[in-house]
Amino acid sequence: MLEHTVKSYEEELKLLDRKIAQMGGLAERQLAESFDALERRDPDLAEQVIASDKRIDALEREVQEHVIAIIARRQPIAVDLRQIMAVLNISGDLERCGDLAKNIAKRALAIAPESHPKPIITGLNHMVELASHQLKDVLDAYATRNAERAVAVWHADSKLDNLYNSIFRELLTYMMEDPRNIGLSTHLLFGAKNIERVGDHTTNIAETVHFLVTGQNLTDDRPKGDQTSTTLISPDWDKKV
Amino acid sequence: MQQLPIGATKMLSTVKPLLAETAAETKITARGVSVFYGEKQALFDVDVDIPKNSVMAFIGPSGCGKSTFLRCINRMNDTIPIARTEGTITIDGRDIDDPELDVVELRARVGMVFQKPNPFPKSIYENVAYGPRIHGLANSKSELDGIVENSLRRAGLMKEVHDRMNEPGTGLSGGQQQRLCIARAIATSPDVMLMDEPCSALDPIATARVEELIDELRESLTIIIVTHSMQQAARVSQRTAFFHLGKLVEESETTTMFRNPSDQRTQDYITGRFG
Repeated sequence: MLEHTVKSYEEELKLLDRKIAQMGGLAERQLAESFDALERRDPDLAEQVIASDKRIDALEREVQEHVIAIIARRQPIAVDLRQIMAVLNISGDLERCGDLAKNIAKRALAIAPESHPKPIITGLNHMVELASHQLKDVLDAYATRNAERAVAVWHADSKLDNLYNSIFRELLTYMMEDPRNIGLSTHLLFGAKNIERVGDHTTNIAETVHFLVTGQNLTDDRPKGDQTSTTLISPDWDKKV
Repeated sequence: MQQLPIGATKMLSTVKPLLAETAAETKITARGVSVFYGEKQALFDVDVDIPKNSVMAFIGPSGCGKSTFLRCINRMNDTIPIARTEGTITIDGRDIDDPELDVVELRARVGMVFQKPNPFPKSIYENVAYGPRIHGLANSKSELDGIVENSLRRAGLMKEVHDRMNEPGTGLSGGQQQRLCIARAIATSPDVMLMDEPCSALDPIATARVEELIDELRESLTIIIVTHSMQQAARVSQRTAFFHLGKLVEESETTTMFRNPSDQRTQDYITGRFG
């Protein structure tokens, strides 16, 4: 694409892209470190993750201020307008990813003294790896303005949902085995749900990238993979699975 | 054109009956319109349909042919000896080049407002009364008074000039002069109004008044406005046409044009990326 005749305008738009890249990098790191803190039962790292969330929040505010200034001064249209709207949406999604990582870190602190069930941690590890990979992919799709790659990320979210469904079931079984597991399991369940929600924000970003590049909304219904909202446990629940 | 996603196509098909009811009929149709100034071709094969009671904006860099095309619509190019026009333009289905059509009548029906306000060096009253008088639209002085007052009122100028109708039109401010020219143009009850950068010599407040006026006049007129201001095109028009190097590159709904233009040249021009 050609550059703007007005170079300062071009610079302002590029600055927004750099801020998104910075926020994305931070969100990826926060997610990985929050899980490390949980897996290694490392309260110091957990505290560090909680503290670092402020940086993402500050970046989101900076992005908002820049966007408002550009709207006021430049009245962006067409692809520039779509970029401005995309940046605003994506920064919101990334800020939420940061919050979710912070929440995992808080739970890591709470359950640090307890011993964690190995299969669940392995499952969570898969989820975090997949969610991080998806987040990285969608940010690359944004940076390279690649709608096809964004759509691929959008479709791949169902894998994360499937992993979450199986962890949900495993944790329910674990709780039913011994009520003393309920406290720990609930924290782990929320942790898993947080990672699943990072995936949802990632699909939001994918939709935004698709709109930015093509000017069209992704209107197909994405297959909804998270069935846990409609799952009910009954006394013989574990016999059915 | 980009293929619409399945959902969108489905949505469009459900909306269609609604649109059909409100869809405006075509007022002006241009087919294969080319204009030559001597050897030089200024306009290439323009096809466009302009809907009734709407505002269409023509945008494009200087020398792109938008004013040339605008001047075809009331045959103003006839006044340039070396100009030659090909193709057909119809208004309400009637060919404007029909030899039986009186060009003076045509220009009474197709009013025009220019970039620089150009009131006659006459009184405010006479500026507006001139057209109806030469076209014999009033049978009496009171009828003429009525037309003048009504035109000034529609142009949003009546309150400002009611007590100085006999003062020279040239004594008004720039914005008032432009609205006087609009009042003069609507005095002959045209059904099409051509505006060639009508606000480029006006301050923002006078511009806003003219834009408000354009929006009101749209109820009874079909308006075509040439503008260099993207924001103005976005604000006042329902459809926008982008001209480049004498060709009509893209014509679509204004919201589509400014959100997601389909041609790269349009995108580059409206976002300020031109070479």
